[in-house]
Amino acid sequence: MGGYKRFGILLCLGVGLFLGSLVGIPEAGAEGEVLKVDTGDTAWVLTSTALVLAMTMPGLALFYGGMVRRKNILGTIMQSIVVLCLVSLIWITVGYSLAFGPDQGGLIGSLEWIGLRGVGSAPHPTYGPTIPHQVFMLFQLMFAAITPALITGAVAERMKFSALLLFAGLWSLFIYVPVAHWVWGGGWLGQMGAIDFAGGAVVHITSGVSSLVCAIVIGKRTGWGSDHMPPHNLPFTLLGTGLLWFGWFGFNAGSALGANGVAGSAFLATQAAAATGALVWMMVEWMHRGKPTVLGVASGVVAGLAAVTPASGYIGPFSAILIGAVAGLLCYYAVYWKGRMSYYDDSLDSVGIHGVSGVFGILATGLFASKAINAAGADGLFFGNAGLLGTQAIMAGALTLFSVVGTWIILKLVDAVIGLRVSSEDEQVGLDLSQHNEQAYSRE
Amino acid sequence: MKMIEAIIKPFKLEEVKDALLEMGVHGMTVTEVKGFGRQKGNKETYRGAEYTTDFVPKVKIEVFVADNLASRVIETITRSARTGSVGDGKIFVSDLGSVVRIRTGETGESAL
Repeated sequence: MGGYKRFGILLCLGVGLFLGSLVGIPEAGAEGEVLKVDTGDTAWVLTSTALVLAMTMPGLALFYGGMVRRKNILGTIMQSIVVLCLVSLIWITVGYSLAFGPDQGGLIGSLEWIGLRGVGSAPHPTYGPTIPHQVFMLFQLMFAAITPALITGAVAERMKFSALLLFAGLWSLFIYVPVAHWVWGGGWLGQMGAIDFAGGAVVHITSGVSSLVCAIVIGKRTGWGSDHMPPHNLPFTLLGTGLLWFGWFGFNAGSALGANGVAGSAFLATQAAAATGALVWMMVEWMHRGKPTVLGVASGVVAGLAAVTPASGYIGPFSAILIGAVAGLLCYYAVYWKGRMSYYDDSLDSVGIHGVSGVFGILATGLFASKAINAAGADGLFFGNAGLLGTQAIMAGALTLFSVVGTWIILKLVDAVIGLRVSSEDEQVGLDLSQHNEQAYSRE
Repeated sequence: MKMIEAIIKPFKLEEVKDALLEMGVHGMTVTEVKGFGRQKGNKETYRGAEYTTDFVPKVKIEVFVADNLASRVIETITRSARTGSVGDGKIFVSDLGSVVRIRTGETGESAL
């Protein structure tokens, strides 16, 4: 109990001091250039922003919630919701400025836009020249929020809620924010020519690789490998899958930052890859294990969606089908291999699905990207430019290395301050009762 | 007096209940239980991980009857709960020492 109280007090103090220091900062006016807001573009990006919100809550929350045991569903859903809330505030106060603010040596944004100073209704020339800068910031906020929430799948059913909060806050500031700057905020990877349309690297590689580190550092769930831990409510998982898929149109097509042709082709690529990922996973499992499973189809949908994300705005439908097919196959075997080898307990497969399809998707972008689809993009290997594949590989490698080291340091820090795991007694009782004094399914 | 406990397949419960009511049994106690006999469990697969569930859901019916009814009850349950495949369940019969109806204090067969 002491740990929780101390954590709560620290959190309140920190937030209070920070907000106090911001009061009185006047909101700066529009930027110098005259850029005109387009109502159609703005309406689409606002809509997409809300769609991406639905991916985290309730999409991801239910996707994960259905896969845990009945005693942990509330704790699992809670992690997604509260990470969303926490990151929202981090983003508005300092995160956005550090990620997208004026570049400091290719590594980080400046604090010029702290507390959204100067981020108003006028468009920014590079961050969506036809939509209010604030709308771009909000769209990015939803990306920042879902990324640490994805990691909760790797530590499901055993992480202390207080530790998760501290971890997610630090991770968001020290991993997500710099990486978003490197790729999208004018940092060194973007300058090098690496491309990531909607977050295959920024969202899926960072969360997937960090998930692996988290699963290893926090250790396996008690009884993993011997006890039964089947999903307790697959219909919830499917409801979550549906909401993820639905929201992903905002994630990918919204990344066009306008209601235009690129948004349309990203929408198409998203649908093609999701459908193919699902069918391929189903067929592979059917041949390999004898039965097509519902969870397999749901997993294939997410694998296809995650893999096509970085390429979605740069490719045609047949490239998307190929990407979805390979993602379904690769992720199926990654997840199957994890189960067979038992090296680590990535409970809900955020490594096997997001990490694997994130890395694959970034490399596939280096193969399939085409300027014929999006003139603002680049040509990949199959369109005569081998260099892009190398750049994409550097991005995947750099983010992997950074996520491994950074996440490991943050975990050790949180472990020292609060402790990462719940006690084995609390784990036995379940997160719902031990962390939140609630039960999802009343015995009455 | 006899105590008859029958472990049956859950989907057979309605059929067994109707058959018992028809032959003159006025009450029974039903519990959802789990267990295994020769049938053993099911195989489930989630993302390639295979689980064998040892305990299969079953329903336990308890019926308490006078000695002269016991054989007909056993015959009725056997007939109505049978599917012919492994896992149809078992019936256990034992002697019942005494019965008390709480409301009236009656004892013995009249309390059944």
